Amino acid sequence: MFESLTRRFSDIWGRLRNRKITAGNVQETLRDIRVALLEADVALPVVKDFLVKVEQKALGEEVLKGVNPGQQFVETVYRELAELMGPVDSRIPAVKPGPTIILMAGLQGSGKTTTCAKLALLLKKQGRRPLLVAADIQRPAAIDQLKILGAQIGAPVFSEADIKPPQICQHAIRHARENDLDPVILDTAGRLHIDEEMMREVKEVAHLAQPHEIFLVVDAMVGQDAVRSARDFNEQLELTGVILTKLDGDARGGAALSVKSITGKPIKFAGVGEKVEGGLEEFRPEGMAQRILGFGDVISLVQKARQVIDEKEAAALQERLLSNTFTFDDFLNQLRRVRQMGNFKDLLKMLPGMGGFVDQMDIDDQELVRIEAIIQSMTTKERTRPEILNTSRRDRIASGSGSERQQVDDLIRQFTAMKKMMDQMTQVGGKGPLGKIKDLFQAKKKLSNINEMMANLAKADPEIARAQKAQRAAAQGPSREELRRRRKLERQNRRRQRRY
Amino acid sequence: MFKKKKAASPEPPDPETSPATELVETAKPGEAAEPAPRKRGAFAFLRAGLEKTRAGLRSLFGLREKLDENTLARIEEELFVADFGPKMVEQLIEGEAGLRAAWKRGEIEQQDQVLEFLKSRLKAMLSHKDLSLREAPQPPTIYLIAGVNGTGKTTSIAKLAHRLLEEGNKVLLAAADTFRAAAVEQLTIWSQRLGIGIVTGEANSDPASVAFKGVERARQEGIDCLIVDTAGRLHTDKNLMRELKKIREVLARKVPGAPQESLLVLDGTNGQNAIQQAEVFKREIDVSGIILTKLDGTAKGGVVFAIHERLEIPVKLVGIGEQLPDLIPFDPGQFVDALFEK
Repeated sequence: MFESLTRRFSDIWGRLRNRKITAGNVQETLRDIRVALLEADVALPVVKDFLVKVEQKALGEEVLKGVNPGQQFVETVYRELAELMGPVDSRIPAVKPGPTIILMAGLQGSGKTTTCAKLALLLKKQGRRPLLVAADIQRPAAIDQLKILGAQIGAPVFSEADIKPPQICQHAIRHARENDLDPVILDTAGRLHIDEEMMREVKEVAHLAQPHEIFLVVDAMVGQDAVRSARDFNEQLELTGVILTKLDGDARGGAALSVKSITGKPIKFAGVGEKVEGGLEEFRPEGMAQRILGFGDVISLVQKARQVIDEKEAAALQERLLSNTFTFDDFLNQLRRVRQMGNFKDLLKMLPGMGGFVDQMDIDDQELVRIEAIIQSMTTKERTRPEILNTSRRDRIASGSGSERQQVDDLIRQFTAMKKMMDQMTQVGGKGPLGKIKDLFQAKKKLSNINEMMANLAKADPEIARAQKAQRAAAQGPSREELRRRRKLERQNRRRQRRY
Repeated sequence: MFKKKKAASPEPPDPETSPATELVETAKPGEAAEPAPRKRGAFAFLRAGLEKTRAGLRSLFGLREKLDENTLARIEEELFVADFGPKMVEQLIEGEAGLRAAWKRGEIEQQDQVLEFLKSRLKAMLSHKDLSLREAPQPPTIYLIAGVNGTGKTTSIAKLAHRLLEEGNKVLLAAADTFRAAAVEQLTIWSQRLGIGIVTGEANSDPASVAFKGVERARQEGIDCLIVDTAGRLHTDKNLMRELKKIREVLARKVPGAPQESLLVLDGTNGQNAIQQAEVFKREIDVSGIILTKLDGTAKGGVVFAIHERLEIPVKLVGIGEQLPDLIPFDPGQFVDALFEK
């Protein structure tokens, strides 16, 4: 009923391919893009601005060469989109003398408190010692929420009863100084941009705390109003950046374009998922533009993987794989790594061409929990030498892990098959960080029978085939090396899938 | 519900001691449904919240000039900015019963006639549904509340409970949001402020079991209305949507006909994604009505027209402020008038 922007763009590409762009048909296409952007909730003034730029480029010399107008036009759209949302620098440098103070502001329900915890964890991983400050005394239990999240990630939470937020923040900063905590993350109450009293309060917080960073937290699902609230917050607070949240939904994130062009302030991070772990990523305008256009987001995936996979460990694993001594323990380890990377679906969405289809797939993260339980019910010996798993051992494992005997059998069979497959794979490709990730993916795919699902999906839905085609066409946009890399990946993928 | 007041209404929490009275301000029990006695009437709130739209549209429609393409283009833009969405705008302007067709037929000629034309069309769109909350023939009446993260579910539940209390109902809350940190605490604080009971479960326990316990207790204690809070979830999360469906099924199994209402809480600042939310939630829990929140800002909530048209889900309640009485029944006439009134 309601096509995503990605799909809209696929439609547009479909129409454009094999046609030369002329002043006439570009008008029609521009109108399509306008509708698509409006459906993506890009603010109307921003849409207009964008279209002017795209039109100028599209009718320019470049396109008139007419080698492949469709591809060139898509490239222009893509580049313009990315340009509008960039550039990004998500570093939060430590100021001397510390602490670095970060103020988080936004409307109610945009996800400030969760984002505070995510940011704290991110910075903690960079070796810093963040302090979370509960300066939201409006919403009932907001302080409890931050305390629980703080405990989850092992970051201290500063809170104080019966005083106003500006004073809480002052005391918190003093506390941070005394205890050598840096940065200080101030979680303020959600407020309406037109609520003068509340805006005055947050201004006072900013005045007293003198934050080095002021982030506006914006819900990716927000509509046209994004422009107004962002502008008001920017005028009152002198924002230094924006964090876009709830990007794990299917909102196309038109707000990203709107907020960036209205405030001129960079979008620094993207919030995905409710889990604190792995829930905040560096915002990448290219990735966002690619996501909008349905290219997938491979780079973001690799970055994610780097965070949880230790290079040395990966090399050791590679070693074991090559020598064919890969055990259930290694497997369990890998499984946990993948889960650390976040929600499996989010990961899949980053793969090229998967964008719109992941939502239709039925992927159960619980399945992984069960697999963990089964492996944990095995003895050390069984884990290293799966071949000794006879009937009575299997029965014991089934009852020990609360699974069906069939499920245990399935896992063992899949593990054996995977081992064989990995053995082959490491000989062919699988080198480099992406190769390793692919290995993990293949392993997981096998386990949840996603390949089968994908095959069925592709069969059932001509849209998929079309989008994949469109994506290939669009892939012409990026540089030749990028293109070659993508093709290679695709080939590898196909090869691996054929092996099943 | 909302239309009648029970005769022998048990006294809501003691106004002297209950902290709820601080939030209630001028509204005394039983008064909130009538806008007149309040300092800022409910409708005034709604109007104030929608002020910007009116300002925008007023500048368009005050002119006694001939309608032209330029005007249509400007109207189109205004509707876009109000989050009506491209398809709805297209329908309103280019559709069979749209502005252009009416113009060509000579039904509207001047710019100021556009307003009346649009208003009547929009009102007609919204007024074919029963907008009151359904009640069970015998108590307890069960309301299931769901929505994506951060739309204002818990606050809306507090406001709804307040409203039901004022009508003389015994109200019980079930905190089936066992996932989000401190969600249970948040609802518990509200239940204390309102002086009503609450059923809770362990953190990360099965939310359906909390709903189950809620029904049991509602029966034991002769509760009139049970409101079940659920964790915010993105409609794209299959597993969580399945979990929500299960909660609904547990309620339905336990009490035939329950839940009487499955209410989707929609953030009024949301854009077109709200349609997808409504579609998926409707599919999974058969949403019977919408609570549209955050209308006290500058967002217009125009997306509800598309939801109403395509999915036939009526808006039943609107949130127009942060105080307890600031959840009012949705009145299509008022809503549309408030959008366009000069």
